[in-house]
Amino acid sequence: MQALNLDYMLGLVPILLGYLPLTLGMAAAGMVCALILSCALAVIRVSRLPVLNQAAQVFISFFRGTPLLVQLFLFYYGLPQFLSFLVSINGVTATIMGLTLHFSAYMAESIRAAITGIDRSQTEAAQSIGMTNAQTMRRIILPQATRVATPTLMNYFIDMIKSTSLAFTLGVTELMGATQKEAASSFLYFEAFLVVAVIYWIIVEALSWCQKRLEKRLNRAYQR
Amino acid sequence: MIALKGITKRFGEHTVLDGIDLSLERGEIIVVIGPSGTGKSTLLRCINFLERPDAGQLKVGDLSVDAARAKNEDILGLRRRTAFVFQNYALFAHKTALENIAERMIVVEGLSKNDAHARAREILERIGLADKADAYPAALSGGQQQRIGIGRAMAAKAEVILFDEPTSALDPEWVEEVLALMKQLAAEQQTMIVVTHEMQFAREVADRVVFMDGGRIVEQAPPSELFTNPKDERTRSFLRKVLAGNAPAAT
Ligand SMILES: Nc1ncnc2c1ncn2[C@@H]1O[C@H](COP(=O)(O)OP(=O)(O)OP(=O)(O)O)[C@@H](O)[C@H]1O
Ligand SMILES: [Mg+2]
Repeated sequence: MQALNLDYMLGLVPILLGYLPLTLGMAAAGMVCALILSCALAVIRVSRLPVLNQAAQVFISFFRGTPLLVQLFLFYYGLPQFLSFLVSINGVTATIMGLTLHFSAYMAESIRAAITGIDRSQTEAAQSIGMTNAQTMRRIILPQATRVATPTLMNYFIDMIKSTSLAFTLGVTELMGATQKEAASSFLYFEAFLVVAVIYWIIVEALSWCQKRLEKRLNRAYQR
Repeated sequence: MIALKGITKRFGEHTVLDGIDLSLERGEIIVVIGPSGTGKSTLLRCINFLERPDAGQLKVGDLSVDAARAKNEDILGLRRRTAFVFQNYALFAHKTALENIAERMIVVEGLSKNDAHARAREILERIGLADKADAYPAALSGGQQQRIGIGRAMAAKAEVILFDEPTSALDPEWVEEVLALMKQLAAEQQTMIVVTHEMQFAREVADRVVFMDGGRIVEQAPPSELFTNPKDERTRSFLRKVLAGNAPAAT
């Protein structure tokens, strides 16, 4: 048993932090796209649009029912075989796509639950003053539903940040990929992976702290 | 200026409205009474298409709609000429009192936020809740919430305001303030159709009382006549029941 090489670990921190923007950037991009897609899916499910509703159900079921890693390989290695314009797809794009589709399936169900939780009489009130269905959704239902769903959506965001580490399997040198390379050249695997674990941990803890504060504020909302 | 003809509504096998004919002059106030489950709410909801009538004609102001063939624009047109006050207030929970009233002016009329808020403030003055402009519904009493609900309906400048049991969900202590506001509207010649169990209100305010039973209008007359000299046996038996359980109103 040898002692941890602390100097190496400290030296590694600034190197790895250089890859943090890419990791967080992929997560942020994935989250924004997933929010848009999941809202659309949820609205389709709630309003039971024919055909689209069935399509959304299959979509959600598939992306919840298969591992994210399998989905990433499918997009990055599999799809270009058939869709030639995807040949040039890079690992970052494929990762963002995969995260978007995968997480939007989960998020759609949370948003749908939040929408159906809003008292039906508010929808009727909006309609009674002559608002269209789209206006009702946009101005009355979604603002309240996203608020209800925010804590859950934050959890998915945290999960998404951790999931960006899978991008290294597509050859992307993000936080995890960079660690892998450093470890392979120094042979100090334990030290390197411990450092990256702590970095992920700190990010997640920081976000959890924000999440708690946000939840407190949301709980106080509408009380004035 | 409001005319319903042959309004019919079925839920499955059950015919809830069986050919309702009803017309109102501008400024007229009609109170609808009748036993539970008789289709009073459904009638109001049909007038602004919260329920879609299976058959019948509706005329509100300058708009005539054949219910069976109503297109989206007809439905929006009807909704923009009518306003609804709900039993459970149905305020937008994420909007302040002011925003609840201004919402229609912004979204439907396309007013700027500033103009809409200025007009909403005038309405808050009229309903006596100017000091609650920035309060959310959850922070208001039932009576205040319902007054905001009425304010939201007033903002529509509708041809007619439809009230579905506006005081039934209220604690007794708040009923008077809501009725007082409705009387104020009546004095301002606002056309209204009110479904209520408040017989005293009907006596004082209604131009005409409509008694419904089994999805039909059984009889209609000015309150002085309908309450003292009901023609139909069903009306008599209904009035005996409600007035017995509602002693002060019987005086
Ligand atoms: N959406 C619906 N689906 C099926 N049946 C309905 C629906 N809405 C109302 N009904 C039925 O229609 C009938 C009339 O209901 P409505 O609410 O209009 O009565 P009401 O006169 O307002 O009664 P109350 O005094 O209890 O409010 C009732 O038998 C009710 O069960
Ligand atoms: Mg009713």
